[in-house]
Amino acid sequence: MTALNELTIAEARDALRRGETTALALTEACLAAIEGAGALNAFVHHTPEIAREQAKAADARLARGEAPAMCGIPLGIKDLFCTRGVPSQAASTILRGFRPEYESAVTSQLFEAGAVMLGKLNMDEFAMGSSNETSCYGNAVNPWKIDDRKLTPGGSSGGSAAAVAADLCLAATGTDTGGSIRQPAAFTGIVGLKPTYGRVSRWGIVAFASSLDQAGPMTKTVRDAAIMLGAMAGPDARDSTCADLPVPDFEAALTGDIRGRKIGIPREYRMEGMPAGIEALWHRGAEMLRDAGAEIVDISLPHTKYALPAYYVVAPAEASSNLARYDGVRYGYRARLAQGDGITEMYEKTRAEGFGKEVQRRVMVGTYVLSAGFYDAYYNRARKVRALIRRDFEQAFAAGIDAILTPATPSAAFGLGEMAAADPVAMYLNDVFTVTVNLAGLPGIAVPAGLDARGLPLGLQLIGRPWEEGELLNHAHVLERAAGFVSKPAKWW
Amino acid sequence: MSIDIDTARRVAHLARIAVKEQDLPALAAELSGMLAFMEQLNEVDVDGIEPMTSVTPMRLKRRADVVTDGGMPDKVLSNAPDAREGFFAVPKVME
Repeated sequence: MTALNELTIAEARDALRRGETTALALTEACLAAIEGAGALNAFVHHTPEIAREQAKAADARLARGEAPAMCGIPLGIKDLFCTRGVPSQAASTILRGFRPEYESAVTSQLFEAGAVMLGKLNMDEFAMGSSNETSCYGNAVNPWKIDDRKLTPGGSSGGSAAAVAADLCLAATGTDTGGSIRQPAAFTGIVGLKPTYGRVSRWGIVAFASSLDQAGPMTKTVRDAAIMLGAMAGPDARDSTCADLPVPDFEAALTGDIRGRKIGIPREYRMEGMPAGIEALWHRGAEMLRDAGAEIVDISLPHTKYALPAYYVVAPAEASSNLARYDGVRYGYRARLAQGDGITEMYEKTRAEGFGKEVQRRVMVGTYVLSAGFYDAYYNRARKVRALIRRDFEQAFAAGIDAILTPATPSAAFGLGEMAAADPVAMYLNDVFTVTVNLAGLPGIAVPAGLDARGLPLGLQLIGRPWEEGELLNHAHVLERAAGFVSKPAKWW
Repeated sequence: MSIDIDTARRVAHLARIAVKEQDLPALAAELSGMLAFMEQLNEVDVDGIEPMTSVTPMRLKRRADVVTDGGMPDKVLSNAPDAREGFFAVPKVME
Protein backbone atom coordinates (compact mmCIF):
# COMPACT_ATOMS: atom_id res chain seq x y z
CA MET A 1 0.00 0.00 0.00
CA THR A 2 1.21 3.49 -0.82
CA ALA A 3 2.18 5.53 2.22
CA LEU A 4 0.15 8.71 2.60
CA ASN A 5 3.10 11.02 1.90
CA GLU A 6 3.74 9.14 -1.36
CA LEU A 7 0.31 9.96 -2.79
CA THR A 8 -0.19 12.31 -5.69
CA ILE A 9 -2.47 15.33 -5.26
CA ALA A 10 -5.16 13.64 -7.37
CA GLU A 11 -4.99 10.41 -5.34
CA ALA A 12 -5.09 12.29 -2.05
CA ARG A 13 -7.97 14.49 -3.20
CA ASP A 14 -10.02 11.47 -4.19
CA ALA A 15 -9.18 9.59 -0.97
CA LEU A 16 -10.09 12.65 1.12
CA ARG A 17 -13.40 13.08 -0.66
CA ARG A 18 -14.21 9.42 -0.18
CA GLY A 19 -13.38 9.77 3.51
CA GLU A 20 -10.63 7.14 3.30
CA THR A 21 -8.09 9.40 4.93
CA THR A 22 -7.90 12.81 6.55
CA ALA A 23 -5.91 15.94 5.89
CA LEU A 24 -4.43 15.55 9.36
CA ALA A 25 -3.25 12.01 8.61
CA LEU A 26 -1.69 13.15 5.32
CA THR A 27 -0.02 16.03 7.12
CA GLU A 28 1.34 13.83 9.91
CA ALA A 29 2.77 11.40 7.35
CA CYS A 30 4.58 14.25 5.60
CA LEU A 31 5.81 15.78 8.88
CA ALA A 32 7.26 12.39 9.85
CA ALA A 33 8.93 12.04 6.44
CA ILE A 34 10.41 15.53 6.80
CA GLU A 35 11.63 14.68 10.31
CA GLY A 36 13.58 11.76 8.88
CA ALA A 37 15.02 13.63 5.91
CA GLY A 38 17.35 16.14 7.52
CA ALA A 39 20.16 14.87 5.28
CA LEU A 40 18.41 16.31 2.23
CA ASN A 41 18.30 19.81 3.79
CA ALA A 42 15.16 20.48 1.76
CA PHE A 43 12.97 22.03 4.47
CA VAL A 44 14.76 24.95 6.11
CA HIS A 45 11.91 26.37 8.21
CA HIS A 46 9.44 23.92 9.70
CA THR A 47 5.87 24.97 10.42
CA PRO A 48 4.18 21.89 11.92
CA GLU A 49 1.82 23.94 14.11
CA ILE A 50 0.50 25.88 11.13
CA ALA A 51 0.26 22.63 9.14
CA ARG A 52 -1.80 20.84 11.80
CA GLU A 53 -4.11 23.81 12.23
CA GLN A 54 -4.67 24.11 8.48
CA ALA A 55 -5.18 20.34 8.21
CA LYS A 56 -7.88 20.39 10.89
CA ALA A 57 -9.62 23.27 9.14
CA ALA A 58 -9.39 21.34 5.86
CA ASP A 59 -10.91 18.26 7.46
CA ALA A 60 -13.82 20.35 8.74
CA ARG A 61 -14.34 21.75 5.26
CA LEU A 62 -14.15 18.28 3.71
CA ALA A 63 -16.73 17.07 6.21
CA ARG A 64 -19.05 19.86 5.05
CA GLY A 65 -18.59 18.59 1.49
CA GLU A 66 -17.46 21.92 0.07
CA ALA A 67 -13.79 21.27 -0.45
CA PRO A 68 -11.89 22.43 -3.55
CA ALA A 69 -9.29 20.11 -5.11
CA MET A 70 -6.33 21.40 -3.10
CA CYS A 71 -8.17 21.14 0.23
CA GLY A 72 -6.11 19.21 2.75
CA ILE A 73 -3.10 18.75 0.43
CA PRO A 74 0.23 19.18 2.30
CA LEU A 75 2.69 21.36 0.38
CA GLY A 76 6.20 22.70 0.72
CA ILE A 77 6.64 26.41 -0.02
CA LYS A 78 9.78 27.80 -1.60
CA ASP A 79 11.52 30.29 0.69
CA LEU A 80 11.05 32.99 -1.98
CA PHE A 81 7.33 33.28 -1.14
CA CYS A 82 6.45 35.69 1.67
CA THR A 83 4.41 33.87 4.28
CA ARG A 84 2.88 35.82 7.12
CA GLY A 85 4.74 35.48 10.41
CA VAL A 86 7.00 32.75 9.00
CA PRO A 87 10.65 33.34 8.04
CA SER A 88 10.85 34.23 4.33
CA GLN A 89 14.47 34.76 3.51
CA ALA A 90 15.02 33.92 -0.16
CA ALA A 91 17.87 31.79 1.25
CA SER A 92 19.83 34.98 1.92
CA THR A 93 21.61 36.24 5.02
CA ILE A 94 20.39 39.72 4.16
CA LEU A 95 16.82 38.69 5.00
CA ARG A 96 17.76 36.88 8.21
CA GLY A 97 14.99 37.28 10.75
CA PHE A 98 12.50 38.70 8.24
CA ARG A 99 8.96 37.66 9.04
CA PRO A 100 6.53 39.25 6.58
CA GLU A 101 3.40 40.95 7.85
CA TYR A 102 1.61 39.80 4.71
CA GLU A 103 0.96 36.67 2.66
CA SER A 104 1.97 36.27 -1.00
CA ALA A 105 -0.82 36.07 -3.57
CA VAL A 106 0.09 32.46 -4.45
CA THR A 107 0.17 31.16 -0.88
CA SER A 108 -3.02 33.13 -0.04
CA GLN A 109 -4.83 31.45 -2.93
CA LEU A 110 -3.47 28.02 -2.02
CA PHE A 111 -4.51 28.46 1.62
CA GLU A 112 -7.95 29.71 0.59
CA ALA A 113 -8.25 26.52 -1.44
CA GLY A 114 -7.48 24.60 1.75
CA ALA A 115 -3.86 23.61 1.12
CA VAL A 116 -1.57 22.90 4.07
CA MET A 117 1.91 24.44 4.48
CA LEU A 118 4.49 22.06 5.96
CA GLY A 119 7.34 24.58 5.90
CA LYS A 120 9.69 26.62 3.76
CA LEU A 121 12.00 25.06 1.21
CA ASN A 122 15.67 25.54 0.42
CA MET A 123 16.72 27.32 -2.78
CA ASP A 124 19.58 29.25 -4.30
CA GLU A 125 20.03 32.71 -2.78
CA PHE A 126 17.50 35.07 -4.40
CA ALA A 127 16.88 32.24 -6.93
CA MET A 128 20.30 32.90 -8.48
CA GLY A 129 21.87 29.55 -9.16
CA SER A 130 21.38 26.21 -10.85
CA SER A 131 22.56 23.83 -8.13
CA ASN A 132 21.17 25.11 -4.81
CA GLU A 133 24.76 25.77 -3.73
CA THR A 134 24.38 29.52 -3.21
CA SER A 135 21.90 29.12 -0.33
CA CYS A 136 22.62 30.62 3.09
CA TYR A 137 21.17 27.38 4.52
CA GLY A 138 23.76 25.18 2.82
CA ASN A 139 23.18 22.80 -0.08
CA ALA A 140 19.93 20.95 -0.64
CA VAL A 141 20.70 17.36 -1.66
CA ASN A 142 19.16 15.30 -4.45
CA PRO A 143 17.46 12.14 -3.15
CA TRP A 144 18.81 10.38 -6.25
CA LYS A 145 22.22 8.82 -5.71
CA ILE A 146 24.36 6.43 -7.77
CA ASP A 147 27.62 6.32 -5.80
CA ASP A 148 29.18 7.97 -2.75
CA ARG A 149 28.72 11.46 -4.12
CA LYS A 150 25.93 13.74 -3.05
CA LEU A 151 24.24 15.16 -6.13
CA THR A 152 22.67 18.54 -6.68
CA PRO A 153 18.88 18.65 -6.93
CA GLY A 154 19.36 21.54 -9.36
CA GLY A 155 18.34 25.10 -8.76
CA SER A 156 17.12 27.47 -7.92
CA SER A 157 14.07 25.52 -6.66
CA GLY A 158 16.34 22.71 -5.40
CA GLY A 159 14.63 22.24 -2.04
CA SER A 160 11.22 22.04 -3.74
CA ALA A 161 12.48 19.40 -6.18
CA ALA A 162 14.22 17.31 -3.51
CA ALA A 163 11.17 17.46 -1.22
CA VAL A 164 8.72 16.33 -3.90
CA ALA A 165 11.02 13.60 -5.26
CA ALA A 166 11.63 12.25 -1.74
CA ASP A 167 7.89 12.28 -0.90
CA LEU A 168 8.30 14.79 1.94
CA CYS A 169 5.26 16.62 0.61
CA LEU A 170 2.67 15.96 -2.09
CA ALA A 171 3.82 18.95 -4.15
CA ALA A 172 5.68 22.23 -3.80
CA THR A 173 5.70 25.75 -5.13
CA GLY A 174 8.61 26.85 -7.28
CA THR A 175 9.61 29.93 -9.20
CA ASP A 176 11.31 30.07 -12.57
CA THR A 177 13.33 33.01 -13.92
CA GLY A 178 15.62 31.11 -16.31
CA GLY A 179 14.78 27.46 -15.65
CA SER A 180 14.53 27.32 -11.87
CA ILE A 181 11.44 25.09 -11.87
CA ARG A 182 12.18 22.94 -14.92
CA GLN A 183 15.89 22.18 -14.41
CA PRO A 184 15.50 20.91 -10.81
CA ALA A 185 12.36 18.99 -11.82
CA ALA A 186 14.39 17.24 -14.53
CA PHE A 187 17.28 16.52 -12.11
CA THR A 188 14.95 14.82 -9.62
CA GLY A 189 12.50 13.00 -11.87
CA ILE A 190 9.43 15.13 -11.17
CA VAL A 191 7.14 17.46 -13.15
CA GLY A 192 7.78 21.22 -13.13
CA LEU A 193 5.61 23.79 -14.90
CA LYS A 194 6.49 27.40 -15.63
CA PRO A 195 3.26 29.10 -16.66
CA THR A 196 2.90 31.91 -19.19
CA TYR A 197 4.31 35.17 -17.85
CA GLY A 198 1.36 36.89 -16.17
CA ARG A 199 -0.67 33.75 -15.45
CA VAL A 200 0.30 33.73 -11.76
CA SER A 201 0.58 36.81 -9.57
CA ARG A 202 4.09 37.74 -8.51
CA TRP A 203 2.79 39.77 -5.56
CA GLY A 204 4.57 38.78 -2.37
CA ILE A 205 7.27 36.76 -4.14
CA VAL A 206 10.74 38.15 -3.48
CA ALA A 207 11.66 39.69 -6.84
CA PHE A 208 14.72 38.59 -8.82
CA ALA A 209 14.10 39.70 -12.43
CA SER A 210 10.57 41.02 -12.69
CA SER A 211 10.10 40.58 -16.45
CA LEU A 212 11.15 36.91 -16.24
CA ASP A 213 9.98 35.65 -12.82
CA GLN A 214 6.97 33.35 -12.76
CA ALA A 215 5.76 30.95 -10.08
CA GLY A 216 4.52 27.46 -10.85
CA PRO A 217 3.82 24.01 -9.44
CA MET A 218 6.36 21.23 -8.87
CA THR A 219 4.54 17.93 -8.65
CA LYS A 220 4.74 14.16 -9.02
CA THR A 221 2.51 14.03 -12.09
CA VAL A 222 1.25 16.21 -14.92
CA ARG A 223 -2.30 15.90 -13.59
CA ASP A 224 -1.13 17.30 -10.26
CA ALA A 225 0.51 20.23 -12.04
CA ALA A 226 -2.82 20.95 -13.74
CA ILE A 227 -4.72 20.81 -10.45
CA MET A 228 -2.23 22.94 -8.54
CA LEU A 229 -1.83 25.55 -11.28
CA GLY A 230 -5.58 26.04 -11.16
CA ALA A 231 -5.29 27.09 -7.53
CA MET A 232 -2.20 29.30 -8.04
CA ALA A 233 -3.31 31.21 -11.15
CA GLY A 234 -5.65 34.11 -11.66
CA PRO A 235 -5.91 37.89 -11.91
CA ASP A 236 -4.48 40.06 -9.16
CA ALA A 237 -4.69 43.83 -9.16
CA ARG A 238 -1.57 44.01 -6.98
CA ASP A 239 0.65 42.70 -9.82
CA SER A 240 0.24 45.00 -12.80
CA THR A 241 1.57 42.33 -15.19
CA CYS A 242 -0.82 39.65 -13.95
CA ALA A 243 -3.29 39.00 -16.75
CA ASP A 244 -7.02 39.57 -16.40
CA LEU A 245 -7.84 36.21 -17.87
CA PRO A 246 -10.18 33.59 -16.50
CA VAL A 247 -8.52 30.43 -15.19
CA PRO A 248 -9.67 27.45 -17.25
CA ASP A 249 -10.08 23.96 -15.81
CA PHE A 250 -6.59 22.73 -16.64
CA GLU A 251 -7.31 19.19 -15.47
CA ALA A 252 -10.24 18.93 -17.88
CA ALA A 253 -7.79 19.67 -20.72
CA LEU A 254 -6.03 16.34 -20.08
CA THR A 255 -7.93 14.40 -22.72
CA GLY A 256 -4.92 12.36 -23.83
CA ASP A 257 -5.82 13.15 -27.42
CA ILE A 258 -3.15 15.00 -29.41
CA ARG A 259 -3.99 13.55 -32.81
CA GLY A 260 -3.17 15.97 -35.60
CA ARG A 261 -1.19 18.31 -33.37
CA LYS A 262 2.10 19.59 -34.73
CA ILE A 263 5.16 19.21 -32.53
CA GLY A 264 8.19 21.29 -33.45
CA ILE A 265 11.72 19.94 -32.98
CA PRO A 266 14.04 22.97 -33.00
CA ARG A 267 17.31 22.09 -34.70
CA GLU A 268 19.24 24.75 -32.75
CA TYR A 269 18.71 22.78 -29.54
CA ARG A 270 21.00 20.01 -30.81
CA MET A 271 24.06 21.14 -28.90
CA GLU A 272 27.60 20.12 -29.57
CA GLY A 273 28.85 17.80 -26.85
CA MET A 274 25.33 16.90 -25.69
CA PRO A 275 25.40 13.49 -23.94
CA ALA A 276 24.21 10.70 -26.24
CA GLY A 277 21.62 9.64 -23.63
CA ILE A 278 19.89 13.01 -23.84
CA GLU A 279 19.93 13.06 -27.62
CA ALA A 280 18.44 9.53 -27.67
CA LEU A 281 15.77 10.44 -25.11
CA TRP A 282 14.76 13.49 -27.12
CA HIS A 283 14.41 11.30 -30.19
CA ARG A 284 12.33 8.74 -28.27
CA GLY A 285 10.12 11.52 -26.90
CA ALA A 286 9.37 12.69 -30.43
CA GLU A 287 8.51 9.11 -31.41
CA MET A 288 6.14 8.77 -28.47
CA LEU A 289 4.27 11.89 -29.53
CA ARG A 290 4.19 10.66 -33.13
CA ASP A 291 2.82 7.31 -31.97
CA ALA A 292 0.07 9.25 -30.19
CA GLY A 293 -0.95 10.76 -33.51
CA ALA A 294 0.99 14.03 -33.53
CA GLU A 295 2.95 15.22 -36.51
CA ILE A 296 6.66 15.86 -35.87
CA VAL A 297 8.04 18.89 -37.68
CA ASP A 298 11.63 20.14 -37.83
CA ILE A 299 11.68 23.83 -37.03
CA SER A 300 14.25 26.57 -36.66
CA LEU A 301 14.53 29.04 -33.78
CA PRO A 302 17.53 30.88 -35.19
CA HIS A 303 18.33 33.17 -32.24
CA THR A 304 18.48 30.37 -29.66
CA LYS A 305 22.24 30.69 -29.30
CA TYR A 306 21.89 34.27 -28.08
CA ALA A 307 19.34 33.53 -25.38
CA LEU A 308 21.82 32.87 -22.59
CA PRO A 309 23.95 35.96 -23.17
CA ALA A 310 20.79 38.09 -23.49
CA TYR A 311 19.46 36.58 -20.29
CA TYR A 312 22.70 37.31 -18.44
CA VAL A 313 22.32 40.98 -19.33
CA VAL A 314 18.59 41.37 -18.69
CA ALA A 315 18.32 39.29 -15.49
CA PRO A 316 21.26 40.89 -13.62
CA ALA A 317 20.11 44.36 -14.75
CA GLU A 318 16.67 43.80 -13.27
CA ALA A 319 18.19 42.13 -10.20
CA SER A 320 20.49 45.06 -9.51
CA SER A 321 17.45 47.30 -9.45
CA ASN A 322 15.21 44.93 -7.46
CA LEU A 323 17.89 44.14 -4.88
CA ALA A 324 18.63 47.83 -4.24
CA ARG A 325 15.93 47.62 -1.56
CA TYR A 326 18.20 45.52 0.71
CA ASP A 327 19.88 48.40 2.43
CA GLY A 328 19.82 47.44 6.10
CA VAL A 329 17.10 49.97 6.88
CA ARG A 330 13.64 48.46 6.55
CA TYR A 331 14.04 44.75 7.11
CA GLY A 332 16.56 41.98 7.52
CA TYR A 333 20.23 42.23 8.25
CA ARG A 334 22.27 45.32 9.10
CA ALA A 335 26.06 45.12 9.45
CA ARG A 336 27.73 46.14 12.69
CA LEU A 337 29.18 49.56 12.07
CA ALA A 338 32.50 51.07 13.14
CA GLN A 339 32.92 54.35 14.96
CA GLY A 340 32.25 57.20 12.55
CA ASP A 341 30.59 55.08 9.84
CA GLY A 342 27.90 56.97 7.97
CA ILE A 343 24.98 55.77 5.91
CA THR A 344 27.07 54.84 2.84
CA GLU A 345 29.29 52.56 4.94
CA MET A 346 26.13 51.04 6.39
CA TYR A 347 24.82 50.22 2.92
CA GLU A 348 28.13 48.91 1.65
CA LYS A 349 28.96 46.75 4.66
CA THR A 350 25.41 45.43 5.01
CA ARG A 351 25.29 44.37 1.37
CA ALA A 352 28.83 42.94 1.40
CA GLU A 353 28.04 40.79 4.45
CA GLY A 354 24.41 40.06 3.60
CA PHE A 355 24.69 39.01 -0.05
CA GLY A 356 26.56 35.87 -1.10
CA LYS A 357 29.19 35.82 -3.84
CA GLU A 358 26.95 34.93 -6.78
CA VAL A 359 24.35 37.54 -5.84
CA GLN A 360 27.04 40.20 -5.48
CA ARG A 361 28.47 39.24 -8.85
CA ARG A 362 25.10 39.56 -10.59
CA VAL A 363 24.17 42.82 -8.86
CA MET A 364 27.48 44.30 -9.98
CA VAL A 365 27.18 43.05 -13.56
CA GLY A 366 23.66 44.47 -13.64
CA THR A 367 24.89 47.77 -12.27
CA TYR A 368 27.56 47.87 -14.95
CA VAL A 369 25.28 47.12 -17.91
CA LEU A 370 22.83 49.78 -16.74
CA SER A 371 25.51 52.40 -16.10
CA ALA A 372 25.90 55.49 -18.25
CA GLY A 373 27.70 54.73 -21.48
CA PHE A 374 26.97 51.00 -21.46
CA TYR A 375 23.17 50.99 -21.31
CA ASP A 376 22.78 50.95 -25.10
CA ALA A 377 25.68 48.61 -25.80
CA TYR A 378 24.51 45.93 -23.38
CA TYR A 379 21.05 46.41 -21.92
CA ASN A 380 19.23 47.81 -24.93
CA ARG A 381 20.96 45.41 -27.29
CA ALA A 382 19.95 42.49 -25.07
CA ARG A 383 16.34 43.68 -25.09
CA LYS A 384 16.40 43.80 -28.89
CA VAL A 385 17.81 40.28 -29.06
CA ARG A 386 15.09 39.27 -26.63
CA ALA A 387 12.50 40.63 -29.07
CA LEU A 388 14.06 38.48 -31.80
CA ILE A 389 13.97 35.38 -29.61
CA ARG A 390 10.28 35.93 -28.95
CA ARG A 391 9.72 36.48 -32.68
CA ASP A 392 11.33 33.11 -33.44
CA PHE A 393 8.67 31.43 -31.32
CA GLU A 394 5.84 33.57 -32.70
CA GLN A 395 6.81 32.57 -36.23
CA ALA A 396 6.89 28.88 -35.30
CA PHE A 397 3.45 29.09 -33.71
CA ALA A 398 2.10 31.15 -36.62
CA ALA A 399 3.26 28.35 -38.93
CA GLY A 400 0.93 25.99 -37.08
CA ILE A 401 3.20 24.47 -34.44
CA ASP A 402 1.22 23.53 -31.33
CA ALA A 403 4.07 22.63 -28.98
CA ILE A 404 7.85 22.39 -29.09
CA LEU A 405 9.80 19.45 -27.72
CA THR A 406 13.35 19.89 -26.38
CA PRO A 407 15.60 18.32 -23.76
CA ALA A 408 15.07 19.95 -20.35
CA THR A 409 18.74 20.08 -19.38
CA PRO A 410 22.10 19.49 -21.09
CA SER A 411 23.08 16.84 -18.49
CA ALA A 412 21.74 14.77 -15.62
CA ALA A 413 22.30 15.91 -12.01
CA PHE A 414 25.96 16.53 -11.20
CA GLY A 415 27.83 16.23 -7.92
CA LEU A 416 27.60 18.99 -5.32
CA GLY A 417 30.86 20.95 -5.36
CA GLU A 418 31.90 19.67 -8.79
CA MET A 419 31.35 23.06 -10.41
CA ALA A 420 33.01 25.04 -7.62
CA ALA A 421 36.22 25.66 -9.56
CA ALA A 422 34.48 26.30 -12.88
CA ASP A 423 33.90 29.80 -14.15
CA PRO A 424 30.42 31.19 -13.42
CA VAL A 425 29.46 31.00 -17.10
CA ALA A 426 29.89 27.19 -17.06
CA MET A 427 27.14 26.98 -14.43
CA TYR A 428 24.91 29.27 -16.50
CA LEU A 429 24.94 26.70 -19.34
CA ASN A 430 22.57 24.56 -17.27
CA ASP A 431 19.79 26.89 -18.37
CA VAL A 432 20.56 26.72 -22.08
CA PHE A 433 17.32 24.90 -23.00
CA THR A 434 15.02 26.63 -20.53
CA VAL A 435 15.99 30.29 -20.61
CA THR A 436 14.48 31.01 -24.05
CA VAL A 437 11.04 30.29 -22.61
CA ASN A 438 11.40 32.96 -19.90
CA LEU A 439 12.69 35.53 -22.38
CA ALA A 440 9.67 34.89 -24.61
CA GLY A 441 7.21 34.72 -21.68
CA LEU A 442 5.92 31.29 -22.76
CA PRO A 443 4.70 28.33 -20.72
CA GLY A 444 7.13 25.40 -20.43
CA ILE A 445 7.00 22.09 -18.62
CA ALA A 446 9.63 19.51 -17.70
CA VAL A 447 8.39 15.93 -17.75
CA PRO A 448 10.45 12.99 -16.42
CA ALA A 449 11.06 10.75 -19.42
CA GLY A 450 13.71 8.21 -18.52
CA LEU A 451 16.95 7.32 -16.75
CA ASP A 452 20.44 7.80 -18.13
CA ALA A 453 22.91 4.91 -18.37
CA ARG A 454 23.96 5.48 -14.75
CA GLY A 455 20.41 5.48 -13.45
CA LEU A 456 19.77 9.21 -13.02
CA PRO A 457 16.52 10.82 -14.17
CA LEU A 458 16.36 12.88 -17.34
CA GLY A 459 13.57 15.19 -18.39
CA LEU A 460 12.11 16.50 -21.61
CA GLN A 461 10.69 19.96 -21.99
CA LEU A 462 7.55 20.93 -23.85
CA ILE A 463 6.99 24.58 -24.73
CA GLY A 464 3.48 25.83 -25.45
CA ARG A 465 1.66 28.80 -26.90
CA PRO A 466 1.05 31.72 -24.56
CA TRP A 467 -1.98 31.22 -22.26
CA GLU A 468 -2.49 27.66 -23.49
CA GLU A 469 -1.22 25.79 -20.46
CA GLY A 470 -4.15 23.39 -20.81
CA GLU A 471 -3.01 22.29 -24.28
CA LEU A 472 0.59 22.15 -23.07
CA LEU A 473 -0.37 20.01 -20.08
CA ASN A 474 -2.30 17.68 -22.37
CA HIS A 475 0.79 17.14 -24.53
CA ALA A 476 2.85 16.61 -21.37
CA HIS A 477 0.25 14.14 -20.10
CA VAL A 478 0.57 12.09 -23.31
CA LEU A 479 4.36 12.17 -23.07
CA GLU A 480 4.27 11.18 -19.39
CA ARG A 481 1.97 8.25 -20.10
CA ALA A 482 4.05 7.01 -23.02
CA ALA A 483 7.36 7.39 -21.16
CA GLY A 484 5.91 5.54 -18.18
CA PHE A 485 8.50 6.95 -15.80
CA VAL A 486 7.82 5.34 -12.42
CA SER A 487 11.32 5.18 -10.90
CA LYS A 488 11.81 6.54 -7.42
CA PRO A 489 15.07 7.25 -5.63
CA ALA A 490 16.07 4.48 -3.22
CA LYS A 491 15.89 5.84 0.31
CA TRP A 492 19.37 6.44 1.78
CA TRP A 493 18.68 9.52 3.88
CA MET B 1 35.32 45.02 -23.20
CA SER B 2 37.48 44.07 -20.27
CA ILE B 3 37.02 45.60 -16.86
CA ASP B 4 40.03 47.07 -15.08
CA ILE B 5 40.49 47.43 -11.35
CA ASP B 6 39.33 51.05 -11.27
CA THR B 7 36.12 50.15 -13.10
CA ALA B 8 35.53 47.24 -10.72
CA ARG B 9 35.98 49.59 -7.76
CA ARG B 10 33.54 52.08 -9.30
CA VAL B 11 30.92 49.41 -10.07
CA ALA B 12 31.16 48.00 -6.54
CA HIS B 13 30.60 51.48 -5.14
CA LEU B 14 27.67 52.14 -7.48
CA ALA B 15 26.16 48.84 -6.31
CA ARG B 16 26.88 49.84 -2.68
CA ILE B 17 28.79 46.64 -1.99
CA ALA B 18 32.03 46.96 -0.01
CA VAL B 19 34.85 45.10 -1.79
CA LYS B 20 38.29 44.90 -0.21
CA GLU B 21 41.10 46.42 -2.26
CA GLN B 22 42.88 43.03 -2.48
CA ASP B 23 39.70 41.40 -3.89
CA LEU B 24 39.32 43.88 -6.76
CA PRO B 25 41.59 42.11 -9.28
CA ALA B 26 39.63 38.85 -8.97
CA LEU B 27 36.34 40.74 -9.24
CA ALA B 28 37.54 42.59 -12.33
CA ALA B 29 38.52 39.26 -13.94
CA GLU B 30 35.15 37.69 -13.13
CA LEU B 31 33.15 40.61 -14.45
CA SER B 32 35.31 40.65 -17.59
CA GLY B 33 34.57 36.96 -18.11
CA MET B 34 30.83 37.56 -17.89
CA LEU B 35 31.00 40.53 -20.23
CA ALA B 36 33.03 38.52 -22.74
CA PHE B 37 30.16 36.01 -22.74
CA MET B 38 27.68 38.82 -23.44
CA GLU B 39 29.79 40.13 -26.32
CA GLN B 40 28.25 37.38 -28.47
CA LEU B 41 25.23 39.65 -28.72
CA ASN B 42 27.25 41.88 -31.02
CA GLU B 43 26.97 39.20 -33.73
CA VAL B 44 23.21 39.74 -33.97
CA ASP B 45 21.77 42.15 -36.51
CA VAL B 46 19.34 44.23 -34.47
CA ASP B 47 18.78 47.00 -37.01
CA GLY B 48 15.22 48.23 -36.89
CA ILE B 49 14.30 46.00 -33.93
CA GLU B 50 12.50 47.67 -31.05
CA PRO B 51 13.76 46.67 -27.60
CA MET B 52 11.27 44.38 -25.87
CA THR B 53 9.56 46.29 -23.07
CA SER B 54 6.49 44.19 -22.37
CA VAL B 55 6.61 40.43 -22.04
CA THR B 56 3.06 39.86 -23.13
CA PRO B 57 1.32 42.39 -25.34
CA MET B 58 -0.85 44.01 -22.73
CA ARG B 59 -1.74 47.47 -21.59
CA LEU B 60 -0.76 48.03 -18.02
CA LYS B 61 -3.71 48.20 -15.69
CA ARG B 62 -4.84 51.48 -14.29
CA ARG B 63 -6.55 52.29 -11.06
CA ALA B 64 -7.84 55.38 -9.36
CA ASP B 65 -5.06 57.47 -7.81
CA VAL B 66 -6.18 57.01 -4.24
CA VAL B 67 -4.72 55.58 -1.07
CA THR B 68 -5.67 51.91 -0.87
CA ASP B 69 -3.60 50.80 2.07
CA GLY B 70 -1.79 52.14 5.10
CA GLY B 71 -2.35 53.19 8.69
CA MET B 72 -0.17 50.42 10.07
CA PRO B 73 3.17 51.94 11.11
CA ASP B 74 3.82 49.19 13.63
CA LYS B 75 3.62 46.51 10.94
CA VAL B 76 5.74 48.55 8.57
CA LEU B 77 8.44 48.95 11.21
CA SER B 78 8.18 45.46 12.71
CA ASN B 79 11.10 44.05 10.71
CA ALA B 80 13.40 47.06 10.90
CA PRO B 81 16.90 46.42 12.32
CA ASP B 82 16.56 49.75 14.16
CA ALA B 83 13.28 51.63 14.61
CA ARG B 84 12.58 54.35 17.13
CA GLU B 85 9.52 56.43 17.90
CA GLY B 86 7.71 55.39 14.74
CA PHE B 87 10.69 55.93 12.41
CA PHE B 88 13.39 53.86 10.72
CA ALA B 89 16.68 54.80 12.37
CA VAL B 90 19.92 55.12 10.36
CA PRO B 91 23.40 56.47 11.04
CA LYS B 92 23.90 60.14 10.44
CA VAL B 93 23.46 61.15 6.81
CA MET B 94 24.92 64.69 6.93
CA GLU B 95 28.22 65.77 8.40
